[in-house]
Amino acid sequence: MTGLQAYLLLSSLLFAIGLAGALTRRNAILVLIGIELMLNAANINFIAFWHYGPATTYITGVMFAIFSISVAAAEAAVGLAIIVAAYRHSHTIDLDSMNSLKG
Amino acid sequence: MSISFLIIAVLIVGSTAAAMGLRNPIHCVLTLSITFGGIAALFLQLGAEFVGLTQIMVYVGAVAILAVFAIMMTQSRRGLMLGTFSRNALVGLLTAVAVFSVLGWAVLSQPVAGVTAAVSPVSVQQIGSSLMHEYVLPLELIGLLLTAALIGAIVIAMERKEDTE
Repeated sequence: MTGLQAYLLLSSLLFAIGLAGALTRRNAILVLIGIELMLNAANINFIAFWHYGPATTYITGVMFAIFSISVAAAEAAVGLAIIVAAYRHSHTIDLDSMNSLKG
Repeated sequence: MSISFLIIAVLIVGSTAAAMGLRNPIHCVLTLSITFGGIAALFLQLGAEFVGLTQIMVYVGAVAILAVFAIMMTQSRRGLMLGTFSRNALVGLLTAVAVFSVLGWAVLSQPVAGVTAAVSPVSVQQIGSSLMHEYVLPLELIGLLLTAALIGAIVIAMERKEDTE
C-alpha cells in the first residue's frame, strides 16, 4: 500500500462513517455534522492528490481545498439556521417525527 | 506511510466514530472537534500549511461552536434523549458499509502510486498573489456566496414578530 492509497483509504473510511451518521442519526444537527465529515473527506483527497501529484509548484489543489472549505462553512451556517427555524416551528429536531414539509 | 500518519489516522477514525455514535449531542460535537484537529494535522503533514490553519480556524473555531450553539438552542424541555438512532438505522449502516467496500476496493485495485517528488511548500504569499490574479473570479464568487449565506442564515433563523404575537 503506497502513501497515496493510505490517504485515500482514510478519506473513504471518513466518508463512510459520515454517511452512516447522516443516514442513521435522529438528531438533525448530527445529520448535518455527518455531511460536514463527508466534505472533509473530499478535502483530504484534494490535498493528498496535490501532494502526490506531478508538480507541487502548481497550487491548484490547495486553492480547490480552500474554496471547498469556504463553501462548507456557508453550507453549515445555512443548514443550522434552517434547523433552528424548523425547531421553532415544530418544537423538535427529531427527524423521525419531522415528516411534513407543510406547516 | 509513517508513524505520525498512523497515529493521526487512528485518532481521526476513533473520534469520528465517537462523534457519530455517542448519545449526548454535546459529546458528539466535542469529539468532532478532535476529528477536525486531526484532519488539520494531516494537512500540515502533507505540506499544505495554509489549508491546515484554515481548517482549524473555520472548523474548530466556527463550525463546531455553531453546532454547539444550535444544540443548545434546540434543547427541548423534555430532553433530547428520545433515542439516538433512527428506526431504519440498519439500512443506513449497510449502505455506508457497501459504499466503503466499493471505495476501498477501487482504491486498492488501482495502481495509484503517485509521484513522490520533493514537496515544495506553498507560501502564503504565493496563495495570496494567485488569489488576486488567476483565481480572482472564484474569490469574488466565494465572497458573494458567503455574504448571501450570512444574510440568508440571519433571515431564516430570525424570530418574526407576527409569529410570536
